[in-house]
Amino acid sequence: MPKIKIKNLYKIFGPYPQRSLKKLASGISKEKLLQETGNTVGVHNVSFSVEQAEIFVVMGLSGSGKSTLVRCINRIIEPTAGEIYIDDINITQLPMKELRFFRQKKLAMVFQHFALLPHRTILQNVAYGLEIQGMEKNAREEKARAVLETVGLKDWSAAYPEQLSGGMQQRVGLARALAVDPDILLMDEPFSALDPLIRREMQEELMELQERVRKTIIFITHDLDEALKLGDRIAIMKDGLIDQIGTPEEILTNPATEYVANFVTDVDRSKILKAENIMIRPTAHVSANDGPRVALRKMKKEALSSIFVIEGDRRLAGIVTVDRAVEAVKNRVIDLRQIVETDIPVTAPGTPIQDLLPVAATARVPIAVIDEKKRLLGIIVRVSVLAGLVGGGENNNVENLTGKLD
Amino acid sequence: MWKILLVNWTEALAMRRLPLREWADYAVLFLRSNHRDLFRAISGVIETIVLSFGDFLSHIPVTLFIIILVLIAWRLAGRGMAIFTVVGMLLLVNLNLWDDTLMTLALVLTSTFISLIIGIPLGILASRWDLVEKILRPLLDFMQTMPIFVYLLPAVMLFSIGVVPAVLATVVFSMPPAIRLTNLGIRQVPAEMIEAATSFGSTSFQMLTKVQLPLALPSIMAGVNQCIMLALSMVVIAAMIGAEGLGSIVYRGVTRLQIGSGFEGGLAVVIIAIILDRVTQSLGRKSPQKDRG
Repeated sequence: MPKIKIKNLYKIFGPYPQRSLKKLASGISKEKLLQETGNTVGVHNVSFSVEQAEIFVVMGLSGSGKSTLVRCINRIIEPTAGEIYIDDINITQLPMKELRFFRQKKLAMVFQHFALLPHRTILQNVAYGLEIQGMEKNAREEKARAVLETVGLKDWSAAYPEQLSGGMQQRVGLARALAVDPDILLMDEPFSALDPLIRREMQEELMELQERVRKTIIFITHDLDEALKLGDRIAIMKDGLIDQIGTPEEILTNPATEYVANFVTDVDRSKILKAENIMIRPTAHVSANDGPRVALRKMKKEALSSIFVIEGDRRLAGIVTVDRAVEAVKNRVIDLRQIVETDIPVTAPGTPIQDLLPVAATARVPIAVIDEKKRLLGIIVRVSVLAGLVGGGENNNVENLTGKLD
Repeated sequence: MWKILLVNWTEALAMRRLPLREWADYAVLFLRSNHRDLFRAISGVIETIVLSFGDFLSHIPVTLFIIILVLIAWRLAGRGMAIFTVVGMLLLVNLNLWDDTLMTLALVLTSTFISLIIGIPLGILASRWDLVEKILRPLLDFMQTMPIFVYLLPAVMLFSIGVVPAVLATVVFSMPPAIRLTNLGIRQVPAEMIEAATSFGSTSFQMLTKVQLPLALPSIMAGVNQCIMLALSMVVIAAMIGAEGLGSIVYRGVTRLQIGSGFEGGLAVVIIAIILDRVTQSLGRKSPQKDRG
């Protein structure tokens, strides 16, 4: 059962949203709707579900409706239509009193500009949610102190927000959210207002924290790198619609729309793509039982300068270069095992290609991708490393072009 | 026929004069003859408040009074203001204006007290509901721009000469900034703070007391300050309808051409005004955290 399930969610701003909803259903364009009714569409028929302990990132540019979407989940913004289930309870139907209880216990939010109360100390800020629930002063401050310690700010409990740096303030914001021990964290661009270095630090801290607390997190951002780094899955939003939902790799390798594709062209692909994403099937290989002549013929046929040698059950034995094969034929060496080179670059399928760059730059032969049992899964030629950095999912072309060149 | 009408439409319109004048006259007469008890009751309450304030102030020994005031000025507005307070107070004693000063303070405190008790809740209501704000706005404009004498006389007719109509006229004149600045202060609380408080499940009362009012405090204190200043500016007019105090000294001085004693009274009002202004201003500016931490 998904933790959060959202079905056909709409938010229309302006007068008479219900009327506009009908028009929208009849297929009117948003520009026309704005002209006719003065209504704008914030969230347009959005459906998705989020699993327990998942970090679900919603990414989009400003005005894409992502902040509206996250505010619909705790009904800070009242959705126009659709259903939101949390633990199978439809919260769009909850009366105010129960909704308030839900907000107190289940959901907590972290804001872009921190939204700390300036007249309260850090400790009082962190204890705010507990205070609202009616928890007694000593108990709530004890709990707040404990949470402050987990975000590394226990020495600052008596300070006021204005005395803290942005990064520290957002840690307080996070602590305030965690203090109520919610099931779900809603994070609305929490790191966008921070310096790049601090931002990266906070991202890492969040991931570490998530290892421990295992909350269900909905994370809003406009930064694709951040989305790819944090997200277990990413939803890409544009004009109130979700263009694509997928894992970071799915989004990068198979952008569903042009909009998504444009987004991902800018990304530093070396951090995201792994060896298995760019490896290709070797065009030819020889068995260790074959002789040098067979190897030489295969190389000649495929115009290769080297060829991988495979033992039984696809275990990689090494590589034979064309020079040594020729020499072996001259010297009448029959066993391929005698001339095989075993000191060759290998890698695991999960290695980011960023780490492969130095290897690829110096290697004379393709990099072999092998699994734990040393079975050859594929090979990576230098060109495909570089092509992986620039191109989209056109690995097949790369294979045809470059597999033989190296 | 049409031509005549077009040319003389002003005359034609004036012939059918709206009986506003009669209505106003009638309203005052009606209230006076039919709701005597109500006005007597209001009168009693206001008089009691003024007298208690006056009583309270006059029971504090002069020396103690001045020491307390100087300490407050020192703490809130700095050393310069403390020195000014000492000199100013000694001057008031020297000019034999102390009793009148206390009378004036009692009047100002009463008016401010009533203004705030009504004004701040109205400001809160206006900040919550746009409709209340829409209704209040023209009413406040009316209260602030209607020449004071226009409602001073009916007030006298209803409450008779004395301190009560003076307090009421002062309240009408000094309440608007308290309402406006409370409303403004609450509306200016950043939306993200409201969202944060909402997202943690605050009730609207918790929102008001834990977020909105504390964050609006500087603005509300500016309203209090304005309220006091406007009340002080009314003391001479209050004196015209029988309120005792520094105002009556100024009024008497001016009407009897005793320019010198009028100046003394005026100077005393200014001294009080400066002290009250600086002290209340720094109350608003001061971030509340320093007082608690």
